[in-house]
Amino acid sequence: MKKIFSVSVENRSGVLSKIAGLFARRCYNIDSLVVGETEDHSVSRMTIVSSGDEQIMQQIEKQLNKKLDVIKVKTFEEQESVCKELMLMRVKFSPNNRKDIIETCSILGGKIVDMSMTYFLIQFCDSPEKIQLCIRMMLPFGISELARTGTVALTKCAD
Amino acid sequence: MTGADAMVKCLEKEGVTVLYGYPGVAICPFFNSILDSDIRAVLVRTEQNAAHMANGYARVTGRPGVCVATSGPGATNLLTGIATAYMDSIPLIAITGQVNTAQLGRDVFQEADITGAAESFVKFSYIIKDVKDIPRVFKEAFYIANTGRKGPVLIDVPIDIQNAALEFEYPKEVSLRTYKPTVKGHAIQIKKVVDELGKAHMPLICIGGGVHLSGAAAEVRGFAEKYGIPVVSTLMGLSAMPTDHPLYFGMVGNNGQEYANKAMNESDLLIVIGARLADRAIQQTNLNILAEERTIVHIDVDPAEIGKIVGPTIPIVGDIKHIMNDFEKRDFENDFTEWVKVLNMWREEMAPHRNPNPDYVDPAGLVKLLSQKLDDDAVYVADVGQNQIWSANYYVAKKGRFLTSGGMGTMGYSIPAAIGVKSADKSRQVVAVCGDGAFQMSFMELATMQQHDIPVKIIVLKNNYLGMVREYQHYTYHDRYSVVGLEGSPDLEQIAAAYQIPFTRVWNMEGIEEILDKFLSCEGPGLMECVIDSYDLVK
Repeated sequence: MKKIFSVSVENRSGVLSKIAGLFARRCYNIDSLVVGETEDHSVSRMTIVSSGDEQIMQQIEKQLNKKLDVIKVKTFEEQESVCKELMLMRVKFSPNNRKDIIETCSILGGKIVDMSMTYFLIQFCDSPEKIQLCIRMMLPFGISELARTGTVALTKCAD
Repeated sequence: MTGADAMVKCLEKEGVTVLYGYPGVAICPFFNSILDSDIRAVLVRTEQNAAHMANGYARVTGRPGVCVATSGPGATNLLTGIATAYMDSIPLIAITGQVNTAQLGRDVFQEADITGAAESFVKFSYIIKDVKDIPRVFKEAFYIANTGRKGPVLIDVPIDIQNAALEFEYPKEVSLRTYKPTVKGHAIQIKKVVDELGKAHMPLICIGGGVHLSGAAAEVRGFAEKYGIPVVSTLMGLSAMPTDHPLYFGMVGNNGQEYANKAMNESDLLIVIGARLADRAIQQTNLNILAEERTIVHIDVDPAEIGKIVGPTIPIVGDIKHIMNDFEKRDFENDFTEWVKVLNMWREEMAPHRNPNPDYVDPAGLVKLLSQKLDDDAVYVADVGQNQIWSANYYVAKKGRFLTSGGMGTMGYSIPAAIGVKSADKSRQVVAVCGDGAFQMSFMELATMQQHDIPVKIIVLKNNYLGMVREYQHYTYHDRYSVVGLEGSPDLEQIAAAYQIPFTRVWNMEGIEEILDKFLSCEGPGLMECVIDSYDLVK
């Protein structure tokens, strides 16, 4: 199973290494890990996507909670949340495929954010699943470089 | 006041009276300031042992032990001691000097990233980069080390911070938004356990090191007695129950007693108290397979231990002492005398039978006799290896304590730990029992003992082998011994003479009672060498 751990941590040096070290030492998977400051300067949020069996998922939550840098751990699954990922992709174009690239990109909701005489720099921001689809669809055009942020997620709104 | 003065002041505020350390340039300001304090600074002979001494001190006093080392190699030498404390949840404050903050990260002389290196062995660590943080950090460190699941906390202090000036004010309280250990057990969970006890036929309590850490040995005993529930123990739980207690049925685990393991396997309600059910404790049991077929209650202060190895039916998170007191208020109708009778029968049937070689000292017999002869509240520190297994299985617990490095199994633990115990309370009888392997890892501390007048009694079970590994090679590689012979070892009599410590050598069990009486009754330190059969096995 796949779980998302939304972990608010003290914003101080060394915390990322401690959390990543915990995953490494206890042999937990990290599918993706994103970290950034929150609205409160003293708090960072780590969004960690991990996979493993139920018992491992429970242990991850407990072990995270034991860390003295961790303020709060929220655990949820993809369907309970809004998950987004940002991807930048550099694609080489030729007069032959230029239109196809623009069209595919537009269908997938991508945005051309920079270009030169030979390259497009395309931005995709979507769910992890959709990001995979974007890669699959763009692959035939030849991707020269690609960067992904990993998943950020928050639980869906409820009153 | 300087940062170093403040560090010492903080230790005084925390009631520290003794610390164990080894100086170096990066921690010199601290050792300079300690001269103006009543805190006794014990100079060890290698840093690892400073951590073991602090470990022994902490285990008998219930307060964090303090060890101090310099930057670089001083700090890295502490690591094994810190890891040893971490595995057994022993509260430790490890203070290390560090190079100037301006030079951090430049690989200058004696620089080591010790907070990074120690990360997986500490409960928490600090590197102080502002002298004003010293009082807060020390206050927090002592609180963190000795609450919740206890453990070592590391404070790394660069030399310029030790030399910087500050206005000292010690905080009254700790405020940590990320750390609020659970103390009180959930009332509903406790009621569930009482209900289960009402239905159970074969309940069993398994105690671990947490019982000592919570200071709850009397409460757990009271709990067992009130309801007549039999008790087994892990290695770390030993001495929480007196050996001759009618409800006590020995140590579990692959080096424990067969009847204790059978009791675990057959029980229909297992109440685990302060034990993490480590591999060596439950290897011989079928808890993993049968977890669904029995009710397992797991009482622990660390929620992460619950469900880590065995899925509990009823978890209770909190401090054991509190939880035991809550049980005290509840009642149920049931009677387990038949079950206790069965356990007594198993104990008789499965009692281990040894055939000791009469030409040598029988280590099992020696441990039994020795522990019987010790003062009621004596502390017995076992090292690691065959001596540890014989000690664990044949030690007769009265009101004293049995200490050993359980989780990490660190050889060379017993002598420094015993020194730590003795330095906490000189009136208490303290005996370290080790093999000739571990002795040679730690006998430099005989000098510490002599220099600081901390007289412990040391018994070396000498077999000229690293016995536990030899035994393993006997079984696994059919006596193909590899790198386990201790030829070339020094004559212990001459070692004892060099340190001016009285020496006794025992060849066999003849007259052993008088020899032990004499050894234990004489003032000051003592070293006893017991020559045991090189090919003896722990089973």
